[in-house]
Amino acid sequence: MKKVIMGNHAVSYGVKASGVKVISAYPITPQTQIVELLSEMCANGEIDAKFIKVESEHSALTAVVGASAAGVRAFTATSSQGLLLMHEILHWAVGARLPIVLTNVNRSVGPPWSIWTDQNDSLSQRDTGWLQLYCESNQETQDTIVQAFKIAETVRLPVMLVLDAFFLSHTYEIVDILEPNDVKKFLPPYETDIRIDVEHPHAFGNLAGPDTYFELRFMIQKAMEEARDVVKKVDAEFKEHFGRGYGVVQPYRCDDADLILVTSGTIASTSRVIIDEMRDEGIKIGSLKIRLFRPFPFDEVYEVLSKAKKVAVIDRNISFGHHGIFFQEIKSALYGRTDVPIIGYIVGIGGRDVTPKVIREIAEKALNDENPERDINWIGVKM
Amino acid sequence: MKPARIPEEEYMTSGHVACQGCGATQAMRFALKALGPKTALVIPACCWSVIDGPFPHSSLRVPLFHTAFEAAASTASGLKAGLEMRGDTETTVMAWAGDGGTFDIGIQSLSGAAERNEDIIYTCYDNEAYMNTGIQRSSSTPVGAWTTTTPVAHYKKRPKKKIIDIMAAHSIPYIATASVAFPEDFIRKFKKAKEIKGTRFIHVFAPCPTGWKLPPELSVAMARQAVTSKVFPLLEVTEHGKRWKVWKDFEPTPVRDYIKAQGRFRHLKDEEIKAIEEEVENNWQLLLAREQMSMNLPGLNKEDDDS
Repeated sequence: MKKVIMGNHAVSYGVKASGVKVISAYPITPQTQIVELLSEMCANGEIDAKFIKVESEHSALTAVVGASAAGVRAFTATSSQGLLLMHEILHWAVGARLPIVLTNVNRSVGPPWSIWTDQNDSLSQRDTGWLQLYCESNQETQDTIVQAFKIAETVRLPVMLVLDAFFLSHTYEIVDILEPNDVKKFLPPYETDIRIDVEHPHAFGNLAGPDTYFELRFMIQKAMEEARDVVKKVDAEFKEHFGRGYGVVQPYRCDDADLILVTSGTIASTSRVIIDEMRDEGIKIGSLKIRLFRPFPFDEVYEVLSKAKKVAVIDRNISFGHHGIFFQEIKSALYGRTDVPIIGYIVGIGGRDVTPKVIREIAEKALNDENPERDINWIGVKM
Repeated sequence: MKPARIPEEEYMTSGHVACQGCGATQAMRFALKALGPKTALVIPACCWSVIDGPFPHSSLRVPLFHTAFEAAASTASGLKAGLEMRGDTETTVMAWAGDGGTFDIGIQSLSGAAERNEDIIYTCYDNEAYMNTGIQRSSSTPVGAWTTTTPVAHYKKRPKKKIIDIMAAHSIPYIATASVAFPEDFIRKFKKAKEIKGTRFIHVFAPCPTGWKLPPELSVAMARQAVTSKVFPLLEVTEHGKRWKVWKDFEPTPVRDYIKAQGRFRHLKDEEIKAIEEEVENNWQLLLAREQMSMNLPGLNKEDDDS
């Protein structure tokens, strides 16, 4: 069934389709509609789940950790300050190897207060050990929730699904709604032997000395490496079932491109408008959307970008004292493998609109500047 | 105090790594005897995150999930919800936290869980300071006590936070205090708590010989004296915070003896001890007044029949 729904509700429908058993959340703009709809769905029996209405995001994630430790599918959603408050428990969920799914609606961090989008909230959680998937459309958002549970339960690591505040969270698009019964064939009910069970008592998380902790961290990295293939497999399997797939990266008109724009989130869609426009003018340009950020898809990125003459990375985020975060990641992925010049552009922080004109400006600068500042170029700073 | 049979079954084994005379360890042994094998524990950062033993060992015969310092009540809420969604409605979920994890860093999530009336037992084993990190003051440290962050030159000046008042203000179905020196009463209260639905809060007095500068063999004696000197009254709060019942059937002992026996109070001068004695007596009188007041509330039973 197709419906016109907002991005946040696409998340809720994805959760409904996944057969989640425990949801816990705390309100924060701009994710609130996700849990409002879920709360309604729980109350009217559309979802057979318990909704724990906690007093903070910290408790939201710990409640979900507790539920997941009991061996049920569990979900939470948050944004910005809420994600930052969860930080300690983000690490905990990874260390405890719990297959939780969390949606983060990208919102700028205060002060000053801002409810508009940028990626610094989720990207500053980069090293917690969560898989991160950045979505571009409402359809992709709904579908990725379902995929995320399958991925998480396969590798026993939590998955964070990320979407832009307002540009996606509050934008209405047509979504083919997944029916829970259809999804069951793709994502059967969750079962695990590794859980809190009085019949088989175990202690989870006991003090681990230097002789064991190291190996437990090694195993998390191994699971992350395994996740690279699992994300692809799950996506392919999803495509078999539902006819839609998203890949770990999405190249667009890259084959003979002189310049490739690297994008994520809703900027990916905007960029394609300019790609088409400039292609019509005879300019060889393409784009590469990064959907999977952790684990980082080194080979897929290399394969596409190594054929370009120039790469321009568009970052809606900043690592203060360094560069754009996707820029760092792309540089590190290509280091020693190709000499293609990589130029970094910072845009849209605090929700400033990244219009087709802004993308065009970046493309033209990247193509035409004789000796561009390589690492960091701020676009549209008014001072 | 009615006698109660102390179950012979043991759910705590040898091999734990507690200090000698540790009250928290005796408390766990009694609590599990009362609750039995269908119990799942959630333990935040506290002495018990170490006492159970290092990975991959455990000295408990019940499942245990370690969680972050401030997260005992919220993790337990989620665990209970998860077990219920699996169809397991029998397992008792118990958060087991120290005073730091309860009075200080964990009070937000505890308050949240209590307000929601989550179906969990929350036990605070109170050794009156951050003992696992090496004896720093908490808001449960009593007035007058030395700790490494309240050295003798400026010992703890503020009174211990009244956690029972705070929990009673949440209108939860069952609140009790218990002491390792009174195992029959202790076990009766945990058994009673097990049969009640909703949030049950049990405040356990657990002496720490290491932190209190006390010979380990005096641990239980000190716990007993805390009760008989009225420093730590044994009580129950039922009827959603309204009915207070205080145990009074004991020979009172001087507060001074309790204070004098512990190295952590060694620096106190006579007038300072006197001030503590007055404070203890005032609190006791307030408690009795509250009990008396709760007897006269319309619609409540006059007598709690099972204690």
